[in-house]
Amino acid sequence: MSPRAACRLATLGFTEVYDYVPGKADWLAHGLPVEGEQAEIPTAGGLARNDVVTCRLDDPIFELRARVERSPYGFALVTTNGGILLGRLRTSAMKTAAADADAQTVMEPGPTTVRADTTAAELAERLRDRRLTTAILSTPEGRLIGVTRLADLEGSG
Amino acid sequence: MPARIELDELQRLRAAGADVVEVLPEREYAQAHLPGALNIPLKRLNAESTAQLDRARAVVVYCHDHL
Repeated sequence: MSPRAACRLATLGFTEVYDYVPGKADWLAHGLPVEGEQAEIPTAGGLARNDVVTCRLDDPIFELRARVERSPYGFALVTTNGGILLGRLRTSAMKTAAADADAQTVMEPGPTTVRADTTAAELAERLRDRRLTTAILSTPEGRLIGVTRLADLEGSG
Repeated sequence: MPARIELDELQRLRAAGADVVEVLPEREYAQAHLPGALNIPLKRLNAESTAQLDRARAVVVYCHDHL
């Protein structure tokens, strides 16, 4: 639709016309706010926390263990400097890792993520079905948004 | 030829005062739209409905997605 609209505006004499091709779905997937009837519906993105430990591929495990033990979660997330999510480091894996191991040799690559515009109710049900207590959120480009907790999702209704 | 843009450029244009227009039907616009976006459904996009837009200003159009 928008390409045709952009073209039509150009024929109507508009000289600076842009087409945001990824559209509203892209905007929502980035967890950005909207106006309208859906604005008040709690979403995963609106409840995301940024208190998860993050690290880089070459960070040594022995330095990460203590940080993760102090965090609310039993894992750290491995990202690039630009925030692209690459893997997850669980406490259990770090305990058995070699003394000189780094994040990339211990991490689970490509953790499952959830879109930010997933409703809180839907995500809560999904987590309960899978007996999970947290969900990782990312943008369509793979950039980490944060972590959402089941308790927060259930408390948002 | 209108330029195809991504989110970063959209944000820059919004900050610079561009008009943002959702061209989906009214019902979809009412459910959710980008903050500050106007609604001119594609089926009613003509000289009359676009008279409210400033031709000297940049305008960004969007719909649901690229599919």
